Amino acid sequence: MNKAALFPTGPIHKVEGKCIYLKGNDIDTDRIIPARFLKCISFDDLGESVFADDRLEQKGFHPFDQAQNQNSSILIVNKNFGCGSSREHAPQALMRWGIRAIIGQSFAEIFYGNCLSIGIPCAILAESCIDSLTKEIESNPHLLFNLDINSQRICNVKQSWLLKIELGMKEMLLSGKWDATRTLLKEKDKIKLTKNSLPYINQFNPIY
Amino acid sequence: MSSETLYDKIWDLHRVRELTGGSTQLFVGLHLIHEVTSPQAFAALKEKGLTVHSPDRTIATVDHIVPTTNQIRPFADPLAEKMLKTLESNCKQYGIEFFQLGSGNQGIVHVIAPEAGLTQPGMTVACGDSHTSTHGAFGAIAFGIGTSQVRDVLASQTLTMKKLKVRRIWFDGELQKGVFAKDLILHVIQKLGVKEGVGYAYEFAGPAIQSLSMEERMTICNMAIEGGARCGYINPDQVTFDYLKGRKYSPKGAKWDLAIKWWKSLSSNQNAIYDDEARFNASTIAPTVTWGITPGQAIAINSFIPSLESIDPSDQQLALEAYQYMKLQPGSSIEGLAIDVCFIGSCTNGRLSDLQIAAEIAKNKHVAKGVKAFVVPGSEKVAQEAELQGLDEIFKNAGFEWRKPGCSMCLAMNPDKLESDQISASSSNRNFKGRQGSSKGRTLLMSPAMVAAAAIAGCVVDVRKFLN
Repeated sequence: MNKAALFPTGPIHKVEGKCIYLKGNDIDTDRIIPARFLKCISFDDLGESVFADDRLEQKGFHPFDQAQNQNSSILIVNKNFGCGSSREHAPQALMRWGIRAIIGQSFAEIFYGNCLSIGIPCAILAESCIDSLTKEIESNPHLLFNLDINSQRICNVKQSWLLKIELGMKEMLLSGKWDATRTLLKEKDKIKLTKNSLPYINQFNPIY
Repeated sequence: MSSETLYDKIWDLHRVRELTGGSTQLFVGLHLIHEVTSPQAFAALKEKGLTVHSPDRTIATVDHIVPTTNQIRPFADPLAEKMLKTLESNCKQYGIEFFQLGSGNQGIVHVIAPEAGLTQPGMTVACGDSHTSTHGAFGAIAFGIGTSQVRDVLASQTLTMKKLKVRRIWFDGELQKGVFAKDLILHVIQKLGVKEGVGYAYEFAGPAIQSLSMEERMTICNMAIEGGARCGYINPDQVTFDYLKGRKYSPKGAKWDLAIKWWKSLSSNQNAIYDDEARFNASTIAPTVTWGITPGQAIAINSFIPSLESIDPSDQQLALEAYQYMKLQPGSSIEGLAIDVCFIGSCTNGRLSDLQIAAEIAKNKHVAKGVKAFVVPGSEKVAQEAELQGLDEIFKNAGFEWRKPGCSMCLAMNPDKLESDQISASSSNRNFKGRQGSSKGRTLLMSPAMVAAAAIAGCVVDVRKFLN
């Protein structure tokens, strides 16, 4: 499958596919993509290096290596996922592996923003619901789920869980404005106005 | 008088417009870029047919990938060379000032901007690096961003952001001899945890903070992110102004007076309203060392690695993982633990005062047999000043290697790495699994003075025993 052809573009209403559960709190971005893989000028080849060291250590037993989890698109995590370094290489690597949405108890802030800026929804689910969802996945790893942004639900044929998708993220995903550059350039006059109103720019401190 | 914090005031000044969903378009007063998180952003800019909005508010340097031994071009590592070449060419194409290797201005991005006087009170500072929180020490709102946001800031000098809440962290008392800014921030993270800062900016305040130098304040704000807070800041005062006076990019003459007046108006008001507050007494803090795999897994030098039962149930899984990875027993002492490598440097503790205190410990002593110890100045300026003061000789005579500036073994994107399961005493900021370049490598975070003492003793030791 050419995963690159399916990178998020435009409005995002839903994510469909299998779920993959990665247990543990405080999983940092150095673990998601170790620094040596940041030696690149493009994100293209990061997919295969996601969790490189953890996978090496677990010798085939890491969730990202297990046969039943291949081609999963919804990642389930616990607390403070993506803490540490601001490297966007982390969500980029996850996306290039095939992840299109993440559900967790909580996320680190920069990671969360990085996900939004590449069109990867991050939804919040309480611990007890994560437990019931992951039990369901463990009992049948091939189950297909549908994550609907607008109704804030993830469901399979039998069950449904109510997610919390923060309003800003929800609106940006549904409108396609998560790809922010165009929005930011819309009112250039206002940028100029703000820039010229700052005392450190207009009065005492031009960089050049 | 209004009840605004410094954060509120700077936020309002830089607000361009409100966007949907509670986000704000925020102007970035200073955009710092480097070789790791900018190439994809420039590529995206080109792909979209856009240009750099404000090259006059953008400064570049190279730090993460530079070797600290031989910096002669081309670098031995072709990938590192390619990254630097890409940055050079992007800076040239868009007219961005580049603090190039060998220029006298190069160094770790969070060291060079303050030392050049680029970072000033009242600014918003963004950089594709989580330790951008460092610049908050000047009373700026400074935060790390990802590469797509670097692209947005390049294109528009703005980004979308949600306003954070503010937690004031108040310190009474004063740091005792042998206890440093690093110990203070490690103590805070240990007490409040690595997640509590999510959604907050941390305002560090109180008598113990006011008595700190700018370099010490930078160490504290640098690690706000390790407590989950995207930015940390300290209200500007005379210490801030004295530091900035006469620096290359600081205002001069009549403009200086104008600047001071404005800077003074920015501090959080006396009756400012905070969303939360935490209080500490700096006098009770001891030298602090991490024992685990997050910066929150830290203990005072004279206490023991916590037992599983003493840890909050939700953190027990992580503690188990930490005991195993670090090969340490709960209940054992951290003092006396043998170390293999000692690293002094990084954006947390690679400034002149950090090297001075480490040199004071190392002077007329020698690194223990079998320990590899090296000192990496945070910038070319730091290196130059340290050499003028003879610190390089003190270190070399004591058996430390004296290196060239760069991020070095903080994140090991360069030849400086741990090997196998070596254990390092490190003045850097992260003890994550594999952080220092080996997937089994073990990192103990501590102050640069403690690292120097560990290098001499060959094991973790209470630096207070080295000070008279």
